[in-house]
Amino acid sequence: MNIYVLLKRTFDTEEKITLSNGKINEDGAEFIINPYDEYAVEEAIQVRDAQGGEVTVISVGTEEAEKQLRTALAMGADKAVLINIEDDVENGDQFTTAKIIGEYLKGKKADLIIAGNVAIDGGSGQVGPRVAEILEIPYITTITKLDIADGNVSVIRDVEGDSETIEASLPLLVTAQQGLNEPRYPSLPGIMKAKKKPLEELELDDLDLEEDDVEAKTKTIEIYLPAKKEAGKVLSGEIGDQVSELVQLLRSEAKVI
Amino acid sequence: MARKFLVLGEVRDGSLRNVSFEAIGAAKLAAAGGEIVGVLVGDSVQNLGNEMIQYGADRVVAVENDQLKQYTSDGYAQGLLAVIEQEKPEGIFFGHTALGKDLAPKLAGKLESGLISDVTSIEEEGGNIVFTRPIYSGKAFEKKIVTGGVIFATIRPNNIEPLAKDESRSGDVAALSVDIKDLRTIIKDVVRKASEGVDLSEAKVIIAGGRGVKSEDGFEPLKELAQVLGGAVGASRGACDADYCDYSLQIGQTGKVVTPDLYIACGISGAIQHLAGMSNSKVIVAINKDPEANIFNVADYGIVGDLFEVLPLLTEEFRKLKVNA
Repeated sequence: MNIYVLLKRTFDTEEKITLSNGKINEDGAEFIINPYDEYAVEEAIQVRDAQGGEVTVISVGTEEAEKQLRTALAMGADKAVLINIEDDVENGDQFTTAKIIGEYLKGKKADLIIAGNVAIDGGSGQVGPRVAEILEIPYITTITKLDIADGNVSVIRDVEGDSETIEASLPLLVTAQQGLNEPRYPSLPGIMKAKKKPLEELELDDLDLEEDDVEAKTKTIEIYLPAKKEAGKVLSGEIGDQVSELVQLLRSEAKVI
Repeated sequence: MARKFLVLGEVRDGSLRNVSFEAIGAAKLAAAGGEIVGVLVGDSVQNLGNEMIQYGADRVVAVENDQLKQYTSDGYAQGLLAVIEQEKPEGIFFGHTALGKDLAPKLAGKLESGLISDVTSIEEEGGNIVFTRPIYSGKAFEKKIVTGGVIFATIRPNNIEPLAKDESRSGDVAALSVDIKDLRTIIKDVVRKASEGVDLSEAKVIIAGGRGVKSEDGFEPLKELAQVLGGAVGASRGACDADYCDYSLQIGQTGKVVTPDLYIACGISGAIQHLAGMSNSKVIVAINKDPEANIFNVADYGIVGDLFEVLPLLTEEFRKLKVNA
């Protein structure tokens, strides 16, 4: 089976966000595989191990995403593709990324594409369904279980806490929700092997794409940090009195009850 | 040219979801006096058209088909594309719900258009419709405009005020017949886990538990308080990882991002990942045994104490209030 994983390099969830010159300050920040994409990598490896085939991990970004791609290879993916847009795209959006991935995957005969359901930085959750639309294949988002037998797929989809059992056939794109699996840590031999696994680097030219073809359909005009919350009021006294005071405050001061 | 926006009315258990009324409110802000057309998609939804009009839609187009009894992206996309084709709107708004998140990118992709997800406010600036949305799970915000194609947006629940319901409003509710075919995903079964209580993303009040809840049973006092306040129960990653509750309750940078009117954090230490998911709530109450817990830094009100002692008292106080009200 020909399996592709869409992977994004994101800020570590531990990072505080600061701005410099109106942009997110990346200096000194730690980067990780988007946590939802980690589920996607793990699931792809499990499907390959059960069904045979090959797992290729794709990332659109800059040279620096190589580190996260190597991590995916160390987990057990077979190949990686980095589509480096550093020189060609200044302000991309989800249309841009989906268009590039879609163009790359056209003609690749992907049986299964797995992505995270959302990236924890931009948080838009658009790229998966947009890629499926470009490739004219069906998709199922936020899945927590994936079973494949004889080309028939059965998934469980999380819908705001409800579980839908959905049947579809390959080719298919799915996006991973928390609970799909427990992503493995790369083993030491895995890390050694990953260094020798193929990592192909491409640019827009290699995909016969012009900058105009991938021009964003949205534009960010401002980024700002939320107003810092002032430290609140920690109540004191007997617990019973504190509780009465809290209810009073919620009613008369905060006016939320 | 007069502006025209479509709003999808999302139906759940036979009723329109509140976020759809908020999306009409959002479209009103964007349309700046232009026309708002409600869209209903389903097997029997036309009867809900009037309610959309009472909440501010000028008229409604309903696509009814047996194939649309359950949501599938293929089925709904065919229905909505037919409406978009007929109405040629400037933009189309959805709730930022499981359905909106699943469907909007497909349609925006099909129409090679810009989609702004998870919108928390809208304003009009110099002819542009400017959308504000959280990034990094609320650690920062961005303002965006759509520069290409139809203006797609999904509206986060609980952030944009719906218009007051006006039962004197009336308008046309028209059926549009669409041939729905070739559904490539088939829903075999739906297990409702969320049926008890209020949906987390739309809840006005959330009672959330962390490791301090100590066990699955430890969530009981949280559930009782949630019931009295008509709220929902949530959890931190710690509580989910410890198997005290289902991952669908998780609030944080992974998990749900919520903005209720009142968030009561019980036995939650306040890791930065959790704060990302809830710190934009309007009022935050923290209950924790540890006076040094980070959660107190974002809380409006804090009680240092054992949640198992505090919560029953709190529930009792609110009960009394309700009886007296």
